[in-house]
Amino acid sequence: MSIDKNTVKHISKLARISLDEKNADSLSKDLTSIMKFIENLNKLNTDKIEPLTSIINASLKSRKDEVKDGKIKEQILKNSPENNEEFFVVPKVIE
Amino acid sequence: MSNISELSLTRIVDGIKKKKFTSEEVTKVFIEKSKTSKKLNSYITECFDDALKFAKNFDKKKDHKGLLSGIPIAVKDLFCTKNVKTTAGSKILHNFIPTYESTVTNNLWSQGAFLLGKLNCDEFAMGSSNETSFFGTVANPYGKDLVPGGSSGGSATALAAGLTPATIGTDTGGSIRQPASFTGTVGLKPTYGRCSRWGIVAFASSLDQAGPMTNSVEDSALLLQAMSGYDPKDSTSVDIKVNNYTSKLTENVKGLKIGVPKEYRIENMPIEIDNLWKKGIDYLKDAGAIIKNISLPHTMYALPAYYIVAPAEASSNLARYDGVKYGHRAKGKNLIEMYENTRSEGFGDEVKRRILIGTYVLSSGYYDAYYLKAQKVRQLIKNDFDKSFNQVDAILTPSTPSSAFKIGDKTDDPVSMYLNDIFTVPVNLSGLPAISVPAGYDKNNLPLGLQLIGKPFDEQTILNLSLAIEKRVNFKKNFKKWWS
Repeated sequence: MSIDKNTVKHISKLARISLDEKNADSLSKDLTSIMKFIENLNKLNTDKIEPLTSIINASLKSRKDEVKDGKIKEQILKNSPENNEEFFVVPKVIE
Repeated sequence: MSNISELSLTRIVDGIKKKKFTSEEVTKVFIEKSKTSKKLNSYITECFDDALKFAKNFDKKKDHKGLLSGIPIAVKDLFCTKNVKTTAGSKILHNFIPTYESTVTNNLWSQGAFLLGKLNCDEFAMGSSNETSFFGTVANPYGKDLVPGGSSGGSATALAAGLTPATIGTDTGGSIRQPASFTGTVGLKPTYGRCSRWGIVAFASSLDQAGPMTNSVEDSALLLQAMSGYDPKDSTSVDIKVNNYTSKLTENVKGLKIGVPKEYRIENMPIEIDNLWKKGIDYLKDAGAIIKNISLPHTMYALPAYYIVAPAEASSNLARYDGVKYGHRAKGKNLIEMYENTRSEGFGDEVKRRILIGTYVLSSGYYDAYYLKAQKVRQLIKNDFDKSFNQVDAILTPSTPSSAFKIGDKTDDPVSMYLNDIFTVPVNLSGLPAISVPAGYDKNNLPLGLQLIGKPFDEQTILNLSLAIEKRVNFKKNFKKWWS
């Protein structure tokens, strides 16, 4: 399947990545060649195959439902580009 | 003292313990070598002052209880290190300083090692040549115009050039084994779940695994032992006792059955790779192993399946980089525009390609055709291995379809770059352990590796087989130091 420029623009919107026209052109070319490569899988009939859900043969451990950390507000905010008191600051959302 | 950097990790640990030299002397040697090797561009962040302080402190206290007592180690910049910048090779994390430590690095520090620095890698570990790093290309000690492989390229170069006694990398599709093969070093990807993924910048969560990169098989066993183990903070880490890999390490592999899969003899494979493979078979025969021809019929579908699964998981994992919580933030008129500009400025081309492929294959109406299909193919690939391991104890293949290629050679064609991982990717899709061990040189005097694939949690057997090969190859670094 070829990924045309409009599809590239659509998925980049979904992925929240802004693109200019030049980027969209070269991505359309790259993604098309990658998808062509991926579509080699179509040669393989998998109708009766169950999809893999886990590669390790181990069941999940259960544990007590208890708080083990917390009170790390300062740590969590430490790397944010902009914060105010105890909040992340983002551009205005509601007019 | 300068010859300390020529010693194996095991010998340095032993030397410190026996007071042949101090941790400070060792640390100074590696700092000096690192400082005079800037042309390799293997470091993103240097922690030399703190390392020296730690070494001096160690020499005062002399606590030799750990497996790595007094050892400075530089690690791939994908492991979060407390209060030390962690970039994942990306602009979007160029200023990120974790307030916590990854479990795997923490395990090393608990064994007495300390941080020497953070090593360059492909952006978010997406690449096979270290050319996608925001912090620039890394050169291979075997030639300034050659890639070191990737994504753990900075780690492989720093190790081969003697800038760190050992290092750790991560392997999602070959990112430890391929650069090990390109630089004449030993790289091991453990079984999925052997090492904790907690605190490692996530790429594809069902494939990522950390592992040791070392100058010898013995060192690999030691470092694997130090870094492995169950971690309640990673629900996919498995609670199986960690072997004493070092004490059980033996080159006696007599009677072990080794599978040689015919599907790995791919079209247009250079004759030298085929010859190397034959030599590997001879080495193991000589060691008393029994060679069996096996078939892994779905091998050719591994790479296409990988390029659905890995980007799909990456597009989800990388959704967290939004310019709000950490990392780079760009300006925007509103919240959405801020997100879009941040991610556009912060991610490089390869990362964008993979996010977009992942978003596409997961988008409405395409899930069954791509992601579900890939997980079915993955099951078939795993079944191939499961069946083979009823007949054999391990599988021998080449590590890579070529030796190190030139910088810039494959950057224009993403698919040709992806083909580099043709022999390593099936292992990740199946969660198996595998190791690349140096096995010889090609006609241009560039190193080539052989790969041994093991049963789940049977790292010991592939380490033993690698040791048997290592003893017979007697591999010596033969590059001329061109960078200082």
